[in-house]
Amino acid sequence: MKKEVLYELKALYRDNMRINCRKFGSGEKAAVIVAGVRGNEVQQIYTCGMLVKRLQELEKHGKVTKGQSILVVPAINPYSVNIEKRFWPTDNTDINRMFPGYNLGETTQRIAAGLFEEITGYRYGIHLASNYIPGQFVPHIRVMDTGWDYIEEALDFGLPYVVKRKPHPYDTTTLNYNWQIWETMSFSLFTNQTDTIDTEGAEEAVNAILYFLSNKGIINYSGEPGCVSSLVTEGELLPIKSRAAGIFRPLAETGEQVAQGAVIAEILHPYDCSVKAKIHSPVNGTVFFRQQKSLAYANAVLFRIIPQK
Amino acid sequence: MIETVLSIGLPIDERLEIKKNRIVPLTPLTGEEKRISIVTGTHGDELEGQFICYELGRRINKDIIHLKGIVDIYPALNPMGIDSITRGIPAFDLDMNRIFPGSEDGSMMEHIAAKLVADLDGSAACVDIHASNIFLTEIPQIRISEETAERLVPLAREMNVDLIWVHGAATVLKSTLANSLNTIGVPTLVVETGVGMRITREYGERVTDGIFRLMKKLGLWDGETAECKEPMISDRPEDVSFLNAPVSGIFLPRVKHCARVKQGDVVGEIVDPLRAEVLNVLKAPCDGLVFTIREYPVVDEGSLIARILGGVAE
Repeated sequence: MKKEVLYELKALYRDNMRINCRKFGSGEKAAVIVAGVRGNEVQQIYTCGMLVKRLQELEKHGKVTKGQSILVVPAINPYSVNIEKRFWPTDNTDINRMFPGYNLGETTQRIAAGLFEEITGYRYGIHLASNYIPGQFVPHIRVMDTGWDYIEEALDFGLPYVVKRKPHPYDTTTLNYNWQIWETMSFSLFTNQTDTIDTEGAEEAVNAILYFLSNKGIINYSGEPGCVSSLVTEGELLPIKSRAAGIFRPLAETGEQVAQGAVIAEILHPYDCSVKAKIHSPVNGTVFFRQQKSLAYANAVLFRIIPQK
Repeated sequence: MIETVLSIGLPIDERLEIKKNRIVPLTPLTGEEKRISIVTGTHGDELEGQFICYELGRRINKDIIHLKGIVDIYPALNPMGIDSITRGIPAFDLDMNRIFPGSEDGSMMEHIAAKLVADLDGSAACVDIHASNIFLTEIPQIRISEETAERLVPLAREMNVDLIWVHGAATVLKSTLANSLNTIGVPTLVVETGVGMRITREYGERVTDGIFRLMKKLGLWDGETAECKEPMISDRPEDVSFLNAPVSGIFLPRVKHCARVKQGDVVGEIVDPLRAEVLNVLKAPCDGLVFTIREYPVVDEGSLIARILGGVAE
């Protein structure tokens, strides 16, 4: 394993911001795994750290395929992490809305450009990501549908679901989208936490990445797939909203099978905790997403359910 | 007439309401009237549009006899942001101008975005007023994408701004309100003027004069309008030079906003107060007009210091 600094930014008073990486193997740029583009992505950073630990072991035992190189970047944005701010400390911009970046532009454009130069040219790109709406997800891989059809490749992670997403206008400046434009097959990996560490979820994600790398001949890993992935499109993820606002009391977990008509949450009146509304599942299905907040805003998406086929 | 465009419940005894002031002519409506929409307050720290909304409404009410169409004024697309001095959407940490056109089935804010687009649809024109941010001061200008220039530049000429800046298509952000409205056929002009968290009355009056001229051109106003100056039009990327901070530090300007500079003139310095050192002397890369200048002194490497419109030196 080699340690390198991919990008460094000097501040006025703070210590320099360094984007560190760990490199395994040598030769063809096979896979790059990144995390921590936003300052609250603690679970993703931890997962990447655990991945590095496992790759070190595998490399020590000669299990990284000859002629294949792997790059791991556990924390793209340490400046925001260290002050517990989600976006860039000064202007609140989101580095994941700055790709492919511009090396003569504003600070986060430069960071994106400097980083992107180092993480392009790989066959596979894996971003341990979080959604802009904080919440818990069933572990899954998300692939942006830009017309380059490689979605079957995502089944090789062995996670419960692979979600195909049509890019929205705001997606065109994300890392996932731009990797594809620069001919890296990109995957966003979502687990069920962001701000806090869930060790089981992290282990599941690490195993999925190792299983994928092994399937692609980049490492020799004898792990088993977590499961047979189901392929769904984003349109199939049924949004469940509340018309009432108040305190959110969820009654269903992510991954849980729910029956049509089952009460999956209650919205409580904040002053006396009486039930203002009951949220029913409109279908038989699996809870794919649940919002993190303990408060429910009217019309907010509280759950997404994958209907049973 | 004050109308509620949308109303959404918040968790504890409050509603998020986006309102507009619909001003109609004295004569009975036929249903055939044109409508112009003035929107601002997408970013809660940009306040220049507050004065413009007030002043526009005040002047129309004073001479309402000349109004020949409908004027919808939306002073606060992000009311929680304005009232809490927050640029983005409070509680969601989202930039509201990056979620358009929104979606009926999406998150709460995407739903709001979709409702707003639906409400604005059908306008003969929309003016979307921004005030840069807390970091930069801007001369009154209109920013237009290359692909909409043919349609929008003739309207923008009426707006009494100093500059019409036509951007290359690749640099246009797809998820803005203006782009979404232009895409569905509502000609939308993005005004950038002044600085965040402040009101520059002189600029506000000029833009208000411009809106009356635009209304007259569209047939919504038959009263007197102010003369306006011919704007500079920049439609080649090489017209505008960007000056970014090469190092992090404290920026001390040496020129005023709107200064005309010669190539090599000192625009400012970046200093290190701890060591009492000058870290960098920033020089104008070309002759021209400093139409954007850094207002906020702390800079990171890459922070925008100034934009200079070339060929405008004395």
